[in-house]
Amino acid sequence: MTSEFRRNATSALQQDDVQTNLNRVVHKLREHRQAAWIAADEWRQLRRHCQAIRENAVRKLPQLLEQLETNLIRNGIQVHWAETAEQANHVVLSIMQRHDAKLIIKGKSMVSEEIALNHFLMQHGIQALETDLGEFIIQLAGEKPAHIIVPALHKNRRQIAELLHRHFPGYAYTEDVDELAQLARKILRDHFQFARVGLTGVNFMIAESGTLCLVENEGNGRMCSTIPPVHIAVTGIEKVVEKLSDIPPLLSILTRSATGQPITTYFNMISAPRQPGEKDGPREVHVVLLDNGRSTSYRDRELAATLRCIRCAACINHCPVYQHIGGHAYGTVIPGPIGSILEPQQRGLDRYGELTQASTLCGACTEVCPVGIPIADILNRLRWDATRQDADCSTPGAGSGYIPAQTALWKLWAWQCTHPGAYRLSTRLATRLRVVLPGYFDAWTNVRTMPKLAKTTLHERLKALGIDHE
Amino acid sequence: MSEKTATSKPDTVYLFGTCLIDLLYPQAGVATVKLLQHAGVRIIYPQAQTCCGQPAWNSGYREQALAVARAQLELFPKPIPIIVPSASCARMMKFQYARLFAGQPDEAEARKVASRVYELSGFLVDELNIQLHDSGAPLRVAVHTSCSARREMAVANKIPELLKHLHNVDAVEPQHAEECCGFGGTFAIKQPEISAAMVLEKCRHICATGAQQLVSQDYGCLMNIGSALEKQGVALAHQHIAEFLWERIQDRDP
Repeated sequence: MTSEFRRNATSALQQDDVQTNLNRVVHKLREHRQAAWIAADEWRQLRRHCQAIRENAVRKLPQLLEQLETNLIRNGIQVHWAETAEQANHVVLSIMQRHDAKLIIKGKSMVSEEIALNHFLMQHGIQALETDLGEFIIQLAGEKPAHIIVPALHKNRRQIAELLHRHFPGYAYTEDVDELAQLARKILRDHFQFARVGLTGVNFMIAESGTLCLVENEGNGRMCSTIPPVHIAVTGIEKVVEKLSDIPPLLSILTRSATGQPITTYFNMISAPRQPGEKDGPREVHVVLLDNGRSTSYRDRELAATLRCIRCAACINHCPVYQHIGGHAYGTVIPGPIGSILEPQQRGLDRYGELTQASTLCGACTEVCPVGIPIADILNRLRWDATRQDADCSTPGAGSGYIPAQTALWKLWAWQCTHPGAYRLSTRLATRLRVVLPGYFDAWTNVRTMPKLAKTTLHERLKALGIDHE
Repeated sequence: MSEKTATSKPDTVYLFGTCLIDLLYPQAGVATVKLLQHAGVRIIYPQAQTCCGQPAWNSGYREQALAVARAQLELFPKPIPIIVPSASCARMMKFQYARLFAGQPDEAEARKVASRVYELSGFLVDELNIQLHDSGAPLRVAVHTSCSARREMAVANKIPELLKHLHNVDAVEPQHAEECCGFGGTFAIKQPEISAAMVLEKCRHICATGAQQLVSQDYGCLMNIGSALEKQGVALAHQHIAEFLWERIQDRDP
């Protein structure tokens, strides 16, 4: 039976426009990242530094979160803890209801995607409006983001132009990129002015000062966090770092890894709501700190490395699998290699275990990760967790991939490979039977010929050549 | 080349042939032996060797991977290099054994074996400084570097270095050479559609080089790419670098 993932992937592979758009954008992003480093040494040094910062932060997570909370509260920011997506949604809803707000304007936030906030608010009669250009496009199309920083990368200019024209027929049709951006700007501008609540994500939280940092290029994040009287930031608990001095290296490696930019157009540091005497800024600032399975990863020494992620998407951009199937095929909030290790940990190997198999373990992801997450090793670890039958594993859905027949085959293979006499006999036999072995195995032979076993094994040939065996 | 390297050249090595070469491509193993002998090195091939354990390790069957890997450890007792004509299997032994054997009673033994593992092309260049003389006709060769060779093993530049010895060989790197060919062991079977798309793209880039021949240090990739080229009816031979080098240095007119 073909899995949902395989069906989705196959469908993406058959869409020529998606293939063209994906291929173009990922290669452009790779080139940009490549051009962002003056010297390989500079990158390695900065990576070592950033890895150490994130390792330190993850190791001290509970303590840093307490410190963060104390400092946020001291700064006048209201802190809400949410163990689950549902709790986080209810926090946002209750703030909205308190302010009798029917519209929330949103800057880019993958955590709001994780908790499916838009859908939840809609059920409660509240409209959520995405203001990041890519997210705005995706929302109009009724889709989910296909990428964590370039959500509409699977669409080309013409498709975007047609989409905008369909929704806003009052404006003249254009395929000019600048004009399209101006058009979206015009449409969104009114909402910025009148919305009572704005929501954003968070890129980093500084424990020692109680500061929220927001990295963006369009300025909509700044608008969402400063114009409405209420600003809500939703974020995962792992975004905390210890010190203000941790930020410059992280910011530098984040923007270079993501888009190849030395710095983004906007970098926001949010330290407090509007103070007496100040003329602008929100009157209330809330931060929702979401766990949603993160603390389970934190408790596992190997899997905790996943929490170092700064969501730069470099692993996604460099993944040869993502490059071919795009983000939607994964069926998750976060696609690509990081999604394939993160989603099974958060939502269970029983639901997302197959994603750990959606990789050739080529290691391109590990190679480019700016905080040194051993993504390929963690994929390998999660494949183990999926087959494990022991009780020592706390990964949700552990053992759900256990198939007795498959295990029996591996046991047979291991028996053969640990009994050299049996191994030599069976390989010799196999080579003698090469002409009668099946020449067709459709998973392989749809695009390939069937490799033929050799006439004699290497063991036999080297023995015949008189090569010493000890 | 420095005197130090010349004097420390190993005179005897172990060969770990890999199960794939054993069963499907023994000619690559034989060529490896011939090349090493050509460089004046004696080879020991323990007949009890089977597989490094990677297939089970990458499939999540650690218990089975451990048993199979453990059976290899005792086959290489002498403190001499273990040569592996595959970056993928060499990587398994050199870097993954430490994880596989972590906390096991024979962890120290496994680490010792791992420290003696060399991928063939890197060994020929760095440890043997092998000298080769081309006796073949002019030929354009596309080089495919496996992901293990490019990444952990860091031997991506070794095949081009070896091919520089061959004056009649024009070595070319296909576009997007750093992208995986889509083999990935069981990946090719578990995700056949994605694997197919990846290998077909790889084939396109290789064909675009105009090369008449494809070489690599890994038969996993060669099996994948070569079988796909063959299915498309493309006349482009594929060979392990050891086979290719050994053939090129044979004197054609004795």
